[in-house]
Amino acid sequence: MQRIDQRYSAHRLSRRGFVKAAAAASALLPLPAIAQGAAGRVVVVGGGFAGASAARALKKLDPRITVTLVEESNTFTACPFSNLVIAGMRDLKEQQFGYDKVAASGVTMARSTATAVDPQARSVTLANGSRLSYDRLVLAPGIDIRWDGLPGYTEAAANVMPHAWKAGEQTLLLRRQLESMEDGGLVVISAPANPFRCPPGPYERASLIAYFLKAKKPKSKLIVLDAKDAFSKQRLFQNAWKELYPNLEWVSLSSGGKVTSVEPASKTVVTDFARHQAAVANIIPPQKAARIAELAQVADRTGWCPVDAMTFESKQQQNIHVIGDAAIMGAMPKSAFSANAQAKVCAAAVARLLAGQKPDEPRLINTCYSVVAPNYGFTVAGVYRPKDGVLVDVEGAGGVSPIDAPAAARAAEASYADGWFKTITTEAFG
Amino acid sequence: MQTGRVFAFAAATLVAMSASAWSADAPPGAASCSGCHPATQGVTSPVARLNGRDAAQIVTAMTEFRTGKRPTTIMDRIAKGFTDDETKAIAAWLAAQKD
Repeated sequence: MQRIDQRYSAHRLSRRGFVKAAAAASALLPLPAIAQGAAGRVVVVGGGFAGASAARALKKLDPRITVTLVEESNTFTACPFSNLVIAGMRDLKEQQFGYDKVAASGVTMARSTATAVDPQARSVTLANGSRLSYDRLVLAPGIDIRWDGLPGYTEAAANVMPHAWKAGEQTLLLRRQLESMEDGGLVVISAPANPFRCPPGPYERASLIAYFLKAKKPKSKLIVLDAKDAFSKQRLFQNAWKELYPNLEWVSLSSGGKVTSVEPASKTVVTDFARHQAAVANIIPPQKAARIAELAQVADRTGWCPVDAMTFESKQQQNIHVIGDAAIMGAMPKSAFSANAQAKVCAAAVARLLAGQKPDEPRLINTCYSVVAPNYGFTVAGVYRPKDGVLVDVEGAGGVSPIDAPAAARAAEASYADGWFKTITTEAFG
Repeated sequence: MQTGRVFAFAAATLVAMSASAWSADAPPGAASCSGCHPATQGVTSPVARLNGRDAAQIVTAMTEFRTGKRPTTIMDRIAKGFTDDETKAIAAWLAAQKD
């Protein structure tokens, strides 16, 4: 209340200005620029689950906040469920979402790429040459591949040995390669060390590729070469593999699974102990926060972005918040559900901070569905709270689906997974 | 003194809007629910909508998920992350959400 009075006295509006402002406000028409300016300007970079959700949540929390979403693409292609596209069980179009409803919620779309951030001047420079000033910046840029992270794995190599870890053309390339492979071919998946986008993703992918091979190319074999000894929902996946996919072999780090280099010319995947010549090689490489995080000086030496556990404000730059896969979120995994949950908490914190109020201590939930075959799904869930500056698991909560759940429970979770995808994409994109 | 009246009216309107905007501020944890439970109508999902539901029903369900009395695939693992007071606050907020 006091804030609004101050605003009006500070701007010494003319009588005519008051009348206009009152008319606009009472009719619930778009508010005058002066009111919007006073509520604050937020720029969100990145139109994925985190960024689109944050932009929409901010407008919902306080329509007077000016929100600009910087995103070059007209269409977002979702990673969750893209493993079904690879296995030929789903169309890529079902993964794609536009920004019309984001714009309709009052968010200004800036169809460009952020090329620089000036934290002192509080401005973002776009590839189209324009500059956006902000009171608070929300970076939700997602991941970049570390092209220097695996010898031989260059951008050109990804055209031969797709990563398919950013959904779109890469997803379709891997699908086409599997479809055109001769029966009896060797498929190799390389899984990276932690942390990376979607921890159960490589294993869901292995399961669904194995499902495809079992039905269409039963003489083929699938090897997962892993840079880890343990992974998300491990026992659930391994039990399903034992039951359904005898041609799927997982090679752990301690069994020599770490891929040390790749040779795209011959589609050879190399470890310290073996050379695997693949018919199809899916290299899921090491990753880092996308480039704008580095340019904004919010990424640390790990390549990811440390943030405050209450507001997700960068620990390295004031007034810049980082959410989604790019951020270090303690115990919270890099998932679409996490990104959306963080976005809503971040939006509430940003709205409070812009209003000069203190954000509440948040609680966050994550839920990740994995599908290993039709009617066969399971989950990992967690509840998180800030403790000593990082998000930690709330003790006694969370965990994975029961190891001995009946088939009906697996079928129920597969059907909830479908529902979840529709809900989370509606949350983010309208 | 017409200006004064208009000023008061404008200020009052903005205060009212501000208040209604802030009432959307969710208690800790509540914002995560709509990751699975559709916040808007028109989403086809086997997962129940919670907006506008009776708060006491939500609290009872969460309590029974936590104790294992009510069967569920995942809500037992999530309900255990919230105290009674946190659950009540979330349920009251969900009950107050229109769409």
